[in-house]
Amino acid sequence: MIGTEGRPCRIPREVSQLKTVIKYELVNYLRTRRFYILLGITVALSGLLTAVVGHYRPQSFLSSPLAFYSNWWGMGATYILILSGIFFGGDAISGEFQNKTGYFIVVNPIKRSTIYAGKWFASFIASLAIFVTFALFTIANGMYYFWLEVPYQFGLSMVFSVLYLMAILGVTFLLSSVFKSSSVSILVTAILFIFAFSLIQTLVSNLAGMEPWFMLTYGAEIIGNVLKDPYPSHIVEIPIGPNLRFTVYNATIFEGVIIMGAYFVVCAILGLLIFERRDFA
Amino acid sequence: MSSPSIETIGLTKHYNSFVALSDLNLRLDGSKCVGFLGPNGAGKTTTLKILTALIQPSAGTAMINGVDIMKDKKGALAQCGVLVETPEIYPSLKVGEALSMLAELKGVPRSLLKDEVYRVLSEVKMEEWIDSKAGKLSKGMKQRVNLAAALISDPIILILDEPSTGLDPRGMAEVRNVVKGLKKKNRLIFMSSHLLSEVTEICDEVAIIDRGRLVAYDTIENLTSTLMGKTKICEAVFSKEVGEEDVKKVNLIEGVTKVERAEPRRLLLELEGGEGVQEDVLAKIAALRVGLIGFKPHSSALEETYLRLVKGSG
Repeated sequence: MIGTEGRPCRIPREVSQLKTVIKYELVNYLRTRRFYILLGITVALSGLLTAVVGHYRPQSFLSSPLAFYSNWWGMGATYILILSGIFFGGDAISGEFQNKTGYFIVVNPIKRSTIYAGKWFASFIASLAIFVTFALFTIANGMYYFWLEVPYQFGLSMVFSVLYLMAILGVTFLLSSVFKSSSVSILVTAILFIFAFSLIQTLVSNLAGMEPWFMLTYGAEIIGNVLKDPYPSHIVEIPIGPNLRFTVYNATIFEGVIIMGAYFVVCAILGLLIFERRDFA
Repeated sequence: MSSPSIETIGLTKHYNSFVALSDLNLRLDGSKCVGFLGPNGAGKTTTLKILTALIQPSAGTAMINGVDIMKDKKGALAQCGVLVETPEIYPSLKVGEALSMLAELKGVPRSLLKDEVYRVLSEVKMEEWIDSKAGKLSKGMKQRVNLAAALISDPIILILDEPSTGLDPRGMAEVRNVVKGLKKKNRLIFMSSHLLSEVTEICDEVAIIDRGRLVAYDTIENLTSTLMGKTKICEAVFSKEVGEEDVKKVNLIEGVTKVERAEPRRLLLELEGGEGVQEDVLAKIAALRVGLIGFKPHSSALEETYLRLVKGSG
């Protein structure tokens, strides 16, 4: 293709355009105040844990490498993943409508799906940067107490965490595609992940006695459970009176992977379809 | 290279019960500047948004260079530069970075990237802001950067939606000059505007839309002569104040039916007849040696035509 002054101008393939969107979106994310706030929260949490564990030397942490990683990881990993999802994915798509940045990029020879995927990957990488920071603090402390004794379960837990992050971003991008207001999409995402999912899960499993296999937070429990030895039983019944008992369900690793994977795939596809059809009206 | 073209066939857009566009058929081709006029809510922006894939039509087809925008957005917009509404640029990116992103997306080779960004910023006189964060720019500056963004890769079709919106008078004049400069090149410019004087100054043809329907599409000359008959309003500009005696003399020139003093150094002349009459009148005023320095059609001719068409379309 030639412009009016004869410059060569061939529109790049989708993969090349995807890389371009990721690169500039990532630069945009890494310069935002919210990135530094989240990084600050992660460093502060890690620093606090380092100080408390170093000072009080709790047995629950220092009895074994697995106990250490289980307790430390359980203190923050999932919260950091959820916060990353809210911070980077909450308004990723709704912002294109509300802030009118969509008018800058969508009118170019690029498919909307490429923009959506590029923004998703950029959010994923930015979130991963925060997650890796927390993981590095965890490993550094673990090595201080147990040197190279890093249990393989910790590696599995990290893999599941990355899968959970993908699922969280899938959901946040879907919600962000549904709502045109950035603040509404961020608020709904935060309420869902911080309160609603946990509440529904508790009500369904404990009161209705039904396995909450459809809840993302239920599947994500494998992140913590894999660090327990032995792995918790799938169904645990706790008597709380002569005729009453609570049923606690623990997702199997297989179930957890399927739930998180399904959330990611279904939400990503739905969000993409909504974004493809949504009018910039 | 084929001639640039924009075409809409039976284009319709509903927002629930509101009909924003109704069976719009329009074909523009060749190298020219077409003004897109219409009252608020007439469907101008809706049309441009459909042409640039920002919204989907309820029915009909929109094509750019023969490519259906709904079927192949990437192909249709490949040779297009677009400025619709007032886009926001990603605030954390520097101006140069934001434009580089678009240049990369449009396939500008890496080796030409810097030059291309500098070139388009120079066109809108924003080159010194290349390293500034986009979020720090004023609304007017952003609009100029947005215009620069539309010029990346030297497109043969430019779709501009009220490009001077939100600018101060100086900014409006600068944008007008930029668009006029772009017209000289081989390209089709489709520009909506509320400013009839701007359209008269820049555009060769106008498409007028009202209540979602096309009410007229022709050259400004043909439209005004069709609706205004042989009456033509011209503006004569003088180097000094025109005295009452001189006004009377101008009024007596054959072909002049009315003279109105718009400003001390500017007269509005109502002429009866074609271009030959204009030529004679111009020569005779010049012969009066009253300091004539400019003579051009007055925008009120288009304004009058526009008002008649829009009023008549209801």
